[in-house]
Formats: sequence, C-alpha cells, structure tokens
Amino acid sequence: MQTILGILPDALAYGMVLFTISIGLSIMMGLMRVVNLAHGAFAMIGGYFASFALTSLGVSYPIAILIAVIGAVVISVPFEFLLYRRIYRRSDELTQILLTIGITFFIVGVANYIFGPTSKPIPLPEMLKGPFDLGFRMIPAHRLFVIGCGVVTAVALWLMIEKTEFGVRLRAAVDNGDMAEALGIRTQIVYSATFALAVGLAAFGGVVGAELLPVEPFYALRYMVTFLVVVSVGGAGSVTGAMAASLLLGLADTTGKYLAPEYGEFFFYVAVIVIVYIFPHGLFGKAH
Amino acid sequence: MATLSVTAAPSAWAGLRNDLIAAAVIAVLGAIGWFVYPDDLAFLTRVIGLAFLVISLDLVTGYCGVATLGHAALFGVGAYAAGNFCLAGVTDPILMLLIGALAGMATGLVSGLLVTRFRGLPQLVLSIAFGQLVAALANKLSSITGGSDGLAGISASPVFGIFNFDMFGRTGYVFSVIVLLITMVVLLRFARSPFALMCRAIKDDTLRTRMIGVSVYPRLVVMYCVAGAVAGLGGALTAINTGVIGLDSVSFERSAEALIMLILGGAGNLWGALIGAILFELFHHYVSAASPFHWMILVGVLLIVVVLFFPKGLVNEVTRRIGDFRQARAAR
Repeated sequence: MQTILGILPDALAYGMVLFTISIGLSIMMGLMRVVNLAHGAFAMIGGYFASFALTSLGVSYPIAILIAVIGAVVISVPFEFLLYRRIYRRSDELTQILLTIGITFFIVGVANYIFGPTSKPIPLPEMLKGPFDLGFRMIPAHRLFVIGCGVVTAVALWLMIEKTEFGVRLRAAVDNGDMAEALGIRTQIVYSATFALAVGLAAFGGVVGAELLPVEPFYALRYMVTFLVVVSVGGAGSVTGAMAASLLLGLADTTGKYLAPEYGEFFFYVAVIVIVYIFPHGLFGKAH
Repeated sequence: MATLSVTAAPSAWAGLRNDLIAAAVIAVLGAIGWFVYPDDLAFLTRVIGLAFLVISLDLVTGYCGVATLGHAALFGVGAYAAGNFCLAGVTDPILMLLIGALAGMATGLVSGLLVTRFRGLPQLVLSIAFGQLVAALANKLSSITGGSDGLAGISASPVFGIFNFDMFGRTGYVFSVIVLLITMVVLLRFARSPFALMCRAIKDDTLRTRMIGVSVYPRLVVMYCVAGAVAGLGGALTAINTGVIGLDSVSFERSAEALIMLILGGAGNLWGALIGAILFELFHHYVSAASPFHWMILVGVLLIVVVLFFPKGLVNEVTRRIGDFRQARAAR
C-alpha cells in the first residue's frame, strides 16, 4: 500500500508532464499529419529560455514561463514558414522523419553552441519547493502543481476545440482539409496557428516538467521518440487519447522504474508494443 | 516514378559482368582506403561495419518502403551473439560471422513480424519500440552484454588459421573488405532477383501488388530476415575487429544515423547505401574532431538540404545527371 501511494503521485505527475508536452504534437499530427520528431526540441527551447530568464534575468516563475512560451513560438516561426509548410499532409513519413531529425540536430547544436554543454537548472519558486500535506499523506507541492497544469491544459484545450470558432475550423480541417478550404476556411492559417499552439504547449510542458525531465543539452534527442510514442499510443489528434496514453505510459514507466529500476524503459516500450499492435491507430485515434 | 535499373532480359554473361564490375569497384575502393589512410585502418574497418548496417537498412527502407528507426537492434544482436560465442570458445572469425548473421536473421524475423504488419505511423512506432526494447534489454542483461561497460575481450583466432589479426588492423581491414565484396556481389544479384523486384513493386504500390495476388506480409518478413542477416554480419565483423561491443551498437542514435547515411547516399540503391555510409563517416571524422556541436549543426543542415533538394540521395542524383548528360549528347 505504501509503495502504491508512493508510486501514484509520481506516475500521475509524470503522465501529466508527458500529456502537456505531447498534446500539442497530437493535435498537430491529427491536423497536419506531420511526424514531428523535433517536438522535444521546442520543449527544450522553452526550458532554455526559462532557465535563462530565472537565473540571469531574475524574473519570477510565472513570468519565466511566459517568456519561455513566447520565445519558443517566436523561434519556431521561421521553421514553420520555411520547412514545416512543405511537409504538411503531403509527404511520406520518411521525408518527415528525416527533415525533423535534421531540425532537431540543428536546434541541439545551436543551443549548445550558444549556452554551452551544461544542464540548465530551472529553480522552483518557494511555494512549490516544500511538501504539501494532503491530510493523510505528504507529497511534493511541485507534483501537485504539475498535475494541476495538466488538468488545466486538458480542460482549456477541450473548451477551445469544442466551443470556439477556431475549434470549429480546426475540426473541419482535420476531417476534410480540401472541403474545409472549399468552404472558405483558410487552412494555411489554421495550420500555422496550430503549429504555434503546439510549440507553445511544448515549451510550457518543458518548463513545468523540468523537475521530472531535466533540461540538458541532449534533451531533444533523449525524448525525441517519447512524445511521438505517446501520441501514437493515444491516437493522433485526440485530447482524450493523449491523456489516456500519457497516464497509462506514465504509470507503466514509473512503476517499472520503482519496482525494477535496472530494466530502464523496458516496461514502457512493452506497453507501447502491446497497445500499438492491438490498436494501430491508437487508443482513441481514427484511421485516415 | 522510380525507374528500375533492369531493362533488358539479363543474360548469364551480363550477370557475371555485373558481378565482376562490382567486385572490382569494391577492391579499388578498398585499395584507395589502404593507401590514403594507412594509419587509420581501424577507422576504415569501423566504416565498413557500419556500411553493412546501412546496406541492410536499404533492403527494408529503400526496397520495401518500411520506415524504421530501430534497425540498430539487428546489428547489435549480431555483434553480441558473435562476441558471446567467441568468449565461449568459438573463435574462428568465419564461424563468428555466420553466428552473427544467424542471430541478426532471427532478430530480423521477430522485428519483421512486428513491424511490417502495419504501414505509416504504427509501423514507425513499433520499429522504435522494438529498438528501444532491445536497447533496454542489452543494458539489463549485463551477464551477456557487459551492460554499460561493454562486452570486452573478444579476440578472434587467425583467419583460416593463417592470418593473424594484428594490432595495426591490417588483417582486419583486408578481411572486412573481402567480406564486404562478397556480400555486395551477392546482394546486387539478390537485388535483381524477381523477389527483390516484387518488393520494390510493394513499395511503389502496395494495393496494386496485393490485387495481382502477391502476399505482401510474408514477403516483407522474408526481406527483413535477409536484412537482419546482413546487419548481423556487420555487427559480428565489428565485434571481431574492435574486440569490444558497447551499448551504442543497439542505440537509437545508431539507428537514426544509419537512416541519415542511407538518405544521404540514396535509398533503393545498394551503392547509395555504401557510399552514404562512407561519406557520412568521413565527414564525421573530420568535423566532429573540431567540435561535437558544430558537427550536429552541420549534420542538421545537411540533412535538411538533402531532404528538400536531393530527396533521392546523392548517388541517385549523380547517376541521373550523368544519364541526362548522355542523353543530351546522344541527341546532338
């Protein structure tokens, strides 16, 4: 029982970090059908911005998150404009994989050239540092914060997709891009906005999840496939799917690491193989 | 539309001539390496080992259109198998190569059964997951893989009992070139076989091949086994030459690099795979000595440029240019 109570908050927090970062990729893959291996690189950019803002500029934690999100989105604009636009919807997977691996290598190289090959600390504010008393158990306040961030992100995205004008256009473009365009929806703008949203969410997740996925020079390479795997397990484009996959894989990974640490990511990938083999389009995905 | 290189009905003589040309080209490349890098034969031997991995990847990616990011597993398992048998007393290098090829083939069978079931994203993710699974196992089963320390102390006995593996890597280099030569000649024949041509047809239009009555899945699995044998051969060769196998031989980075080398040279062409591996490693040798991060920036840019402007790879691009040039001259 003690072990379960010890594992659960960590598994939940880890799952929520995976969700916050992966959901942007999921929406992007559902809409633009881009296998984007550079998603982690944008999370890393966010982490670098936040670290710089907190340690060198000395701003407060919320401001640092804001700087990270805006910074990552601004940096991503030329990539979207020059490179990603060419591979939306049309290209085969191989082209997309290679182009986005190229982008990842480029970003990792430049980030390390500018900031040096050391890991980047993202100090937490006092409020999130200590333990938090749940009444029956103490858990680190940061874990709660991360879980809260994940829930807020999920609810906000659900509201945006289901209830707003932009969400209507987005869903129309996902279901049938050509028809949406024929009806006067400027799909290119929807694509660009979605890309910016995805990068912003990645940066946000990268900063708030830095305690669990530390920001370091090879962050983008280390987690290159993790986010892709989460999206694939959940089903591209589905918020529910991404949430289910993140929690499931977060649980599999954390439990595996608690009970049999020497196996590394073994259980994570066993879960992935089983799920993808049974549900090739993901738990909540649709066939295209 | 991809043009197939086989146009006329191949006669026995034409086949033999192709074999001889291929053998001569590799022998000349090997000789060039010997004289240009006399002090760096170990580096060249490493390149040859990697070339096997890239050629193997070409068989599934270039010929069958399977997008995989877990191919290093086949290479690594071959290396570990050969290494373990060597430590257990099977030190004959030819036998070790066979063991590596068999182990690679078995891994290819499992991987192929899993990966070629699907197309697109599920296929890619399964290949990644399989590769990561093997990597996690290699880390865990340190009794047979040496874990993160690597499996050390592999020393093969002399080739045919005569040629000792010397410390300068001369025997290792010549041995590797000969193994590469034989493999390439056999594979080039294999690539012209009806089986491989049908695999290309599957790549170009899976639905249509299915409509003419081809059973797609078993074919792809068989191709995966062949690719596994080639990769395992490369792994065993690397084990024999370096004497140590690290976890990097099954890593995701290795798989991704192999894919980059393949695209650089040109998928769907075995020469492209070989030349891509050589070019990439030469480039790596010189640039990353300067700074690993400059190296990453350059590889990133190179990859983006190749994907956007030379999507068929450098070798195919050059041969196409030569073909255009010849046609233009003939027209005049």
